[in-house]
Amino acid sequence: MADKKKEFWRWREYNWRDESKDWKSADVITAGVDVGSVSSQAVIMLDGELFAYSNMRTGSDSPDSARKAMSWAMEDTGMTLDDVHYTVGTGYGRVNVPFADRAITEIACHARGGNTMYGPTVRTILDMGGQDCKAIHCDDRGKVSNFLMNDKCAAGTGRGMEVFADLLAVSIEDVGDLSLDVDEEPPPVSSTCVVFAKSEATSLLRNGWSTNRVLAAYCSAMASRVVSLLERIGVEKDFAITGGIAKNRGVVERLERELGLTSLKSKYDTQIAGALGAALFAKALEEKKRAKAV
Amino acid sequence: MKANYGYMDGSGEYFITINTDPCTECTEHPCVAACPVGMLEIIVDDYDDEAAAVKEEHRKKLKYDCAPCKPVAGRSPLPCVTACPQDAISHSW
Repeated sequence: MADKKKEFWRWREYNWRDESKDWKSADVITAGVDVGSVSSQAVIMLDGELFAYSNMRTGSDSPDSARKAMSWAMEDTGMTLDDVHYTVGTGYGRVNVPFADRAITEIACHARGGNTMYGPTVRTILDMGGQDCKAIHCDDRGKVSNFLMNDKCAAGTGRGMEVFADLLAVSIEDVGDLSLDVDEEPPPVSSTCVVFAKSEATSLLRNGWSTNRVLAAYCSAMASRVVSLLERIGVEKDFAITGGIAKNRGVVERLERELGLTSLKSKYDTQIAGALGAALFAKALEEKKRAKAV
Repeated sequence: MKANYGYMDGSGEYFITINTDPCTECTEHPCVAACPVGMLEIIVDDYDDEAAAVKEEHRKKLKYDCAPCKPVAGRSPLPCVTACPQDAISHSW
């Protein structure tokens, strides 16, 4: 019997909660649910402060993924959906969040979330998501002033990185560090197509390249790809990266080198930026609703 | 806000940029009727402003959908760009 194939692309799913907070004493409880093409996050905020979140893979059914992410964020809190005053859905599956009061694009949510995560000085946010890449300019309140999104191909996205992790049998969480463990920076592989990059990587391995060197060539290709996207709208300081690829040092450091800039770092999980922004929008909308009702 | 709709691939960069700040000041939106393939629509954006946008179904094939207005030779001014009274629409290619 064949062994079960190890899934090197599979990243760790998790949830988190601030146990020092009591949700029952909160005046405004809001939630943001980001249903992306690869991962889904749910963020719960109490009076505009982060209380709990979850991060998991998106399944084939978007409403189900939204429900699962939300119930995992609420796990062991005693909170139910009825206790949440306002929910905003965002991401690729934003219109399929059954319990959302409103859907807002991930572009606006990433800008809003990035503003909270990195502070009001951030002007350029690069979201490197599962199946797209977004370059966003925003003002000091996190309002979008310019954006550009590339979701036509997987080059420069998290899914492309997952394909490489599987191809090279390296855990996705180790790709970045291993790619930096090379004596000399290799030339990048094809940056315009993951399928071509994959076949190029296979021939490089056949030619005797080490796994780390191939990883370095791919991380470098991804950085170049993203730089060309950023160049279209320009990079204004301060600059920050959100999304799963922000956790990959191999891509981030090469990107910073190409741009000649250092990206801001945050205490928040970079993958929750969209859901965090959605929860902040939800708070503003709930307060607006209450003000109208008075 | 400058909204860039489109994509970049191995063959080039194809973006239609709509500057939504002047666009929201326009009430008629003649750009929508001007596009011969009906590529534009008026949406309420995330900040509750009404502005023109490229329809979702066209965003990943602009190179082909805009091709009738961009012949290799004898190109006339683009109808969407000409129709916009706010000078808010531009093409990257």
